[in-house]
Amino acid sequence: MMRLAGLYALAAAVVVLPILWPDNYFVIVVGASAGLHVILAVGLNLLMGYAGQISLGHAAFFGLGAYTSAILSTRFGWPSLAALVASLLAVGVLAWLFARPILRLRGHYLAMATLGFGIIVHVVLVQATQWTGGPDGLSGIPPLNLLGWPVDGDLQWYGVIMAAMLLVLWLSLNLVDSQVGRALRAVHGSEFAAQMMGVDTGRAKTQVFVVSALFAAFAGSLFAHQQAFVSPDSFNLIVSVELVTMVVLGGMASTFGAACGAIALTFLQQGLVVFEDYEMLIHGALLMAVMIFLPQGLFVGLHQAAGRWWRASSRRL
Amino acid sequence: MKHWKNALATILLFTGIGLAQAADPIKIGSFLTVTGPASFLGDPELKTLQMYVEELNAKGGVKGRKLELIHYDTGGNAKDAVNFVKRLIKNDNVDLLVGGTTTGDTMAVIPDVEKEGIPFISLAGAVEIIEPVKKWVFKTPHTDRMAVARIFGDLRKRGLTKVALITGDGGFDKSGHAQILKLAPEYGITLVADESYGNKDTDMTTQLTKIRAAGAEAIINFGLGQAPAIVTKNIKQLGINLPLYQSHGVASKSFIDLAGDAAEGVRLPAAALVVAEQLPDADPQKPILLAYKNKYEAKHGPVSTFGGHAYDGLMIAVAAIERAGGTDRAKIRDQIENTKGFIGTAGVFNMTPQDHMGLTLDAFKLVEIRNGDWKIVD
Amino acid sequence: MPEQLFQFLVTGITVGSLYALVGLGFALIYNASDVVNFAQGEFVMLGAMAAIALLSAGLPLPLAAVVATLATVAVGLLLERFAIEPAAGASVVATIIITIGAAIFLRGVALLLWGKDFHSLPPFSGDAPIRLGGATVLPQSLWVLGATVLLVIVVRTFFNRTLLGKALLACAFNRTAAQAVGINVKVMLRLAYGLSAGLGALAGILIAPITFSSYEAGVMLGLKGFSAAIVGGIGNPMGAVAGGLLLGVLEVLGAGLVSSGYKDAIAFVFVLMVLFFEPTGLFGHKVAERV
Repeated sequence: MMRLAGLYALAAAVVVLPILWPDNYFVIVVGASAGLHVILAVGLNLLMGYAGQISLGHAAFFGLGAYTSAILSTRFGWPSLAALVASLLAVGVLAWLFARPILRLRGHYLAMATLGFGIIVHVVLVQATQWTGGPDGLSGIPPLNLLGWPVDGDLQWYGVIMAAMLLVLWLSLNLVDSQVGRALRAVHGSEFAAQMMGVDTGRAKTQVFVVSALFAAFAGSLFAHQQAFVSPDSFNLIVSVELVTMVVLGGMASTFGAACGAIALTFLQQGLVVFEDYEMLIHGALLMAVMIFLPQGLFVGLHQAAGRWWRASSRRL
Repeated sequence: MKHWKNALATILLFTGIGLAQAADPIKIGSFLTVTGPASFLGDPELKTLQMYVEELNAKGGVKGRKLELIHYDTGGNAKDAVNFVKRLIKNDNVDLLVGGTTTGDTMAVIPDVEKEGIPFISLAGAVEIIEPVKKWVFKTPHTDRMAVARIFGDLRKRGLTKVALITGDGGFDKSGHAQILKLAPEYGITLVADESYGNKDTDMTTQLTKIRAAGAEAIINFGLGQAPAIVTKNIKQLGINLPLYQSHGVASKSFIDLAGDAAEGVRLPAAALVVAEQLPDADPQKPILLAYKNKYEAKHGPVSTFGGHAYDGLMIAVAAIERAGGTDRAKIRDQIENTKGFIGTAGVFNMTPQDHMGLTLDAFKLVEIRNGDWKIVD
Repeated sequence: MPEQLFQFLVTGITVGSLYALVGLGFALIYNASDVVNFAQGEFVMLGAMAAIALLSAGLPLPLAAVVATLATVAVGLLLERFAIEPAAGASVVATIIITIGAAIFLRGVALLLWGKDFHSLPPFSGDAPIRLGGATVLPQSLWVLGATVLLVIVVRTFFNRTLLGKALLACAFNRTAAQAVGINVKVMLRLAYGLSAGLGALAGILIAPITFSSYEAGVMLGLKGFSAAIVGGIGNPMGAVAGGLLLGVLEVLGAGLVSSGYKDAIAFVFVLMVLFFEPTGLFGHKVAERV
């Protein structure tokens, strides 16, 4: 119940903000960017926070979704919606194939395997110039065409991405509360115990791996059409690490935590550019400070702080 | 009786508006790779832009208005380039753009630039930036195709036709690679080897060992950053005695410093900036080059041809603003297209509606590294 | 062809020993705290950059190397004291994020101090290539190899023979038990970071004459070192070295025999296969999970 309330609040904010500040770069453009990051982070959070599996290669699924959509709609002239569905299918199948062998691994070894996967995908994106356009990427991707309506312009993209984000949040919240979600949390607590209780841990982990990959591919396809351009350096290890940071920063095992982390980091990056050469130093310092003082993440930390403030002020009354 | 009061008020009002406009700075937006893998391209570009905006403002600005440079660092990430261009257009309200250090960054922002209708002078190399011609997009550096043509021309002169190629995984490398493959048949060049490395790699002896066995008569290494210096050193280390050609990506003193005496005899196409002192005094480029070189080196250390491209971009833009008489975007665009006989660091620019770069092949000099310094060969 | 293969192997071992050296640092901190220190690559970078800066300030190379190493050790100790220790109760993942933040921070500091250019150190004993059979190797590569062997022996002796080393291992095994027998866990952790930083700095100084150094040099080396440590079995210093050498040789063979463009992908495909057959790395401890 509380969760849905949060979702409605977010939806309200999404609608109100561009009315208050129309045509504002930070609301429309950075907001859209944040929206895509939320989709990515929420998917990763299902994997990391609930199933307890670390992934340092999540950007690979983002990239595969983006490039599949891009290649199908530019080189093969597919309509954009068909390309989107195809890219979801392709990435879903790939994730499913990859999940079984990889999910036998634990902890740092799993992290390494996902890292390796991410690097392999990145190398292919850079080297397979005939298909992917190489390091300079593919340009001229046609706009997303939603049943006759071409999505064009920053405000329209804001709308589409925000709708997609809310959809993903809703799906994630429902998944967590579903049977699959409970199975996942059991796995996270102790995989062995879960198995003893009859949970098909292998299947649960595979399912969540595929779901998180699908979310990422979805974000990727939207990204490709929004930018009309894709290049490999949007999908490298640094991006994967950024996504992990968003999830942990916001608070793992919390859908809204992941969303919080994604929004915070996206706006932080935009805000820090004014510091030029000092940006990196400040970015690192802030990251350390937040994790030291709020080790459970921003969302939980702010929640607790808000709770304390609420109790303190109600005592005064 | 009241009429004169109205007239006075109107005159004061318009004078006020006029004064307010005169105080309005001309905003130049820039997005460069100041950090990241192409930072030694973006860093001198930024320093140059800042230096000359300051100088122009000290002289009273352009058309009585000060210049304001608003810049963002993309870190070589095309996605950030797109966001920053949107920020420059929407949030910072710039009048024109000079930037886009890398081809990736430039190509990514072209849709927004064309849609918005804002003049954009790119500082990146690939020929596809201006071919096909886009209404609002111009560029100042020589194209990668020109660099390859220069190298091939020299190879043909020396009677060398079997060439081994080794390139990195950056955008600059790959687009050079594509041009080499495309132009080779035209110049009668056969590629006997085509090796690749990662730009962050620390050892290329493996690739060079394969090249050594391929029966090449010359080696071309098209890349930038630290990798070409490592390639050059590895070639010496392996005792491979073939003529080595680099690209204009290493046309800076730091390459010679890093590669050490392995750099002796290396040939590459370069803008006249690196050999400014060796030009005949009658060369019209010489005074401009020396002025830029001395000014830059006094403040920042060894000059870089990439900084020179930023100088060209800024000065062409300023000249266009002067001719346009204001900051009307369409008028500035038209005047940039009208740039004729402009002497810059990269050469003499003559733009047309079909040619949004304006440089000819001879704007590129062919130099050889001798005794740790550049010597004009052609 | 066999001549080429020999050169490939020589190069592979040379490149691999770079990775091995960095991987050792990862193994050390992991041994003491279960945490993968993502700033390890930055320790390597700091050692090299500091030595380069001191050298150009006029210090002779050996002195510059020593001072640079000590300075990096200090950075490691400070990192532990002010970033890791305050977060003592945090989860492993949160601590890893702190080290990521530290890595970014250190990179930012290096950017401000030393700018964006590439720098190099002069090789320790000249750069006249040495011929071994049909292959050539740089004298500096022999320094790196020799140092790797030496440091592995030192680290192994430290962990197996000295009381301090065993105390460090005890902390990783079971923190509470270690405290119960009187080991000062806090000091041990700080020691681990200091040692790792020193190891990293030495690696950086040894490597810098071959590769070049810049504020970003830590990223790639950190990645390769991490991979080396994992492939070898995280926590096993010998494993880290074996992993590093294996990775180097795989990379070179991939480039030499298959495709130089895809060499990194090929190397990681092999890494994935290793992990598939040996889920805890080549020489890692089998993990027993408590229910």
